[in-house]
Amino acid sequence: MAKLYSKKKLAATKMLPKKETIQFILSYSKALRIVKIGNMNFETIAN
Amino acid sequence: MAKSQVPDSVLVQMYISGNEDALATLINRYQSRIFGFIYSKVNDRDIADDYFQETFIRVINTLKSKKYYDEKGKFLSWVLRIANNLIVDDFRKNKNIKMLRDTEEFSIFSIIKDATPSVESNLISNQIGFDLRKIIDELPLDQQEVLKMRFFQEMTFKEISEATNVSMNTSLGRMRYAINNMRKIIEKNQIYLTA
Repeated sequence: MAKLYSKKKLAATKMLPKKETIQFILSYSKALRIVKIGNMNFETIAN
Repeated sequence: MAKSQVPDSVLVQMYISGNEDALATLINRYQSRIFGFIYSKVNDRDIADDYFQETFIRVINTLKSKKYYDEKGKFLSWVLRIANNLIVDDFRKNKNIKMLRDTEEFSIFSIIKDATPSVESNLISNQIGFDLRKIIDELPLDQQEVLKMRFFQEMTFKEISEATNVSMNTSLGRMRYAINNMRKIIEKNQIYLTA
């Protein structure tokens, strides 16, 4: 029976998200402002 | 100091302090691992992109709300846990847990790379991959999960246990059961996984 463990990498290709997704995440981060008032956090997105 | 050598915990603190480049560095460092993890569960690039985006929106919201407590640099494990919980929650909501059946859209062929050039070797490798995929599909979901994370995502058992919220012993046990069950399936069906 063949060994199930292999030195070869089974995941040969690197999987990456779309560049647009990354750009969106970074833009979202730059635009997001969280203001804490008392015990509550308010999120605002600056356009 | 190059940003790639900066520990995760430092980058997280820099980001919380307002350094947006730190987030870009973290994403660049781990995007392949995280995306691959998500893709292994959903088997669809577009859906994986959606989960990747949602995961990081949660990450950003938590970090900017200063609700994140970094414990000895476990940023990656934390992000993987968020992604895992998102996917599991959606599956429970939709009651439509997708089984990883071999289909025309996705098969083990997209993961296993055949290094030999001959057509015969390619055919044999493809058949092995096909059989292996079907065998894995027969396993219980928790064993499938550990096996895929270990072999397809090359995660350590420590990372697997943190991502799935179980102890390392449980992860190790599930892997052992997965291998043993695969052997039983192979013997029962007289499958030959050799070239």
